[in-house]
Amino acid sequence: MTIPDNSIRAGAASTQTTSAAPVHRRWLPMVQRALFNALLLLGAFLSAFPFYWMFVLATQSTQQIYSWPPHFLPGNSLITNYQNMLTVIPFWRNFFNSVFVATTHTVLALLFCSMGGYAFAMYRFPGRNWLFAVLLATLMIPWMAGIVPWFILISKWLHWINRYEALIIPGAASAFGIFWMRQYIQESIPVELIDAARIDGCPEYTIFFRVVAPLLLPAFAALGILIFVGNWNAFLGPLLVIQEKIMYTLPVALSLLRQDPKRGFDAGVLMFGTSLATLPMLIVFLLATRQFMAGLTIGAIKG
Amino acid sequence: MTQLATAVPRRRSVSLWREMRRNWVAYAYIAPFFILFAIFGAFPILFSLYLSFQQWNGISPIQFVGLENYARLLADRLFWLSLWNTVFIGVIAHIPILFGALVLAFIVNSSLIRWKQFYRAAYFLPVVTAPVAVALVFGTLYGVRFGLINWVLTTVGLPAIDWWGGTGQWIKPAIIILFIWRWLGWNMIIYLAGIQGINPELYEVAAIDGASLRQVFFHITLPLLRPIILFTLVLSTVGAMTIFDEPYMLVGVTGGANNAGLTTALYLYNNAFQFAHFGYASAIAYVVSAIIVLVSVFNIRVFGRSQTEA
Repeated sequence: MTIPDNSIRAGAASTQTTSAAPVHRRWLPMVQRALFNALLLLGAFLSAFPFYWMFVLATQSTQQIYSWPPHFLPGNSLITNYQNMLTVIPFWRNFFNSVFVATTHTVLALLFCSMGGYAFAMYRFPGRNWLFAVLLATLMIPWMAGIVPWFILISKWLHWINRYEALIIPGAASAFGIFWMRQYIQESIPVELIDAARIDGCPEYTIFFRVVAPLLLPAFAALGILIFVGNWNAFLGPLLVIQEKIMYTLPVALSLLRQDPKRGFDAGVLMFGTSLATLPMLIVFLLATRQFMAGLTIGAIKG
Repeated sequence: MTQLATAVPRRRSVSLWREMRRNWVAYAYIAPFFILFAIFGAFPILFSLYLSFQQWNGISPIQFVGLENYARLLADRLFWLSLWNTVFIGVIAHIPILFGALVLAFIVNSSLIRWKQFYRAAYFLPVVTAPVAVALVFGTLYGVRFGLINWVLTTVGLPAIDWWGGTGQWIKPAIIILFIWRWLGWNMIIYLAGIQGINPELYEVAAIDGASLRQVFFHITLPLLRPIILFTLVLSTVGAMTIFDEPYMLVGVTGGANNAGLTTALYLYNNAFQFAHFGYASAIAYVVSAIIVLVSVFNIRVFGRSQTEA
C-alpha cells in the first residue's frame, strides 16, 4: 500500500519544484528517476519473492521450516518431500488429469471461439447486432447466479460427476473468447481475401477452415494460453464435480495436501506440490510472454 | 406471418428469410455459443430463480414457499455479515489494485524507466498462478509462530500478528494482501497497453507546454483511459463480489474466527453444497448477482456517459 503513496508524493514534489525554482529542473529528473526505479524494484521484489519462498520451502524439512530464524537458502529434503507427497496424493496422475482437461478444453474453446468471432466479424446476417449484444451481456453475469442448478444439471441429469466432460464442455464457447476473436479478425483479416475466395468458388466452410484459420495461428497462441491457464487454475468447478482422489485436477489435489492423514500438516510437502503445480504455468508464461500480453490486451483495449 | 398480414411485411419477411438462409453458415458458426449458453448458462439462471421460491434438499419433492427464502435472507445475520465482509475486502483491496496499477503503468511507461519488459513480467507472474497455490504459499508466509512475515515484524521490533486468532480482526487484511498481490499486475498490464495506445503527440505537446508529470497523468492519461478503467472496474466488481478460492483455502468454509472471512460465495457454497438448502442458496445467488449487475450498470452509466461527453 506504500506504492500509490510514494508515487503521489513524487508527483507532487515535481509540480512544486518545477513551478517554483527553475534551478531545480536539472537534478529533479534524476531524483524522480531514482525514486521511480526504487519503487518499481521494490514492487517487483514483493511480486516475485513468494515464488522464491515457495521453491525454497519445497526443499526443506518440517524441522527446518519450523525453526527460528527462518532458513533463506534451499535445504536438502527435496527428495524426501517428493516421496512423502506421493503417499498423500497420486501427483502425476493428477498432473496428467490437469494437462488432459486443460488441453482438450483449450482446443475445443479455440474452435468455437474462432468460429463465433469469425461469424460476428465477417457476416452481415439478420439479428447479428442483438445476438452480439446478448453475448456481451453474458459477460456481466457472475458464475454464482446459476451455480446451484448448474450442479444439479451436471450431477443428476447429465451424470457427469467424476467425468471430465463437466470441466471441458460447459465453458468451451466463452463469450470473452468470441469477443476477443472478433476483434482480432476484424483487424487482421482483409475482407477482400474472403471475397476473392468466394469468387474462386470456395465453399463457405472451406474459406474459414482452409483460408482464414491458418492466418489465425498467432491468435490461437495468444488466446489459447489465456484459456489454458484459466482452466489449469480453476478450482470451484473441479471441487464440486470431481469426488475421487485419482480423478482430481491439481488445484483440488493441492487442497488435499494440507492434511496428511499420517503425519498431519507438512509445509515442505505442501510447498513441493504447489511448486510442481505452479512451475508449468510459470514456464509457459516466461516462454510466451509476448503472446500472453497480446492475448490480454486485445480483449481489453480494442473494445 | 399470418394470412391477414399485408403484402409489404410479407415480402419483407420473405426477404428476411432469404437473407437468413443465405447466411446459414454464420448461424452455424455462432450456434455452439448459444447452445452451450442455453444449457449451462441461461437454463441454470432461470431455474435458480424458480428454486429461490422453493424449498428443496435435492431428494424430497420440491415445495413452494413463496417469498420465504427472501424473507429469511433479510433477517439472516450471517448473510449480511458475509455481504459486509465481501464488500469490505473488495473495496479496500481495489483501491491499491486499481489506482496503484494505474500509477505503476504510468511510471513503467514513462521515459525514466529502463527494463520495461522485466517489470511487466515480474508484476505479471502472480496472475498466472492458481489462486489455490497462492493461498497455500501465503498461508506459510502468514504462519503465526514461524511465518516469514512475523519474523520480519519481530526483527524490526514490531509485535507478531496472530493472523487467524483473536476476534478474527486480521483475517480480512490477510485476504486483502493476497488479493492485491495477485491482481495488481493484471490491471497494470491492461492499463499499460491502454497508455501505449495514447497518441504520443499529446505527450509531446504537453511537454512543450511545460506540463508536469502529475498534470500529464491527471489531464491526459486518466481521461483517455476511461473506457479501459470501466472495463477493469466491471471485471473487478464481478471478481471481488464472487471471491471464493482464497478465503476457502485460507480460513475454510466457516470463514474463520467470528466468520470474519466468510464471503457471500462461501456462504452460498455452504448452504448449497454442505447443507443442501438449494432453495435458500438460490435466493442468496440471486440477491448477490442482482447487486453485481446493478453496480456494473451503475459503473457503465457513470463512466460510459462521461466518456461520450469528453
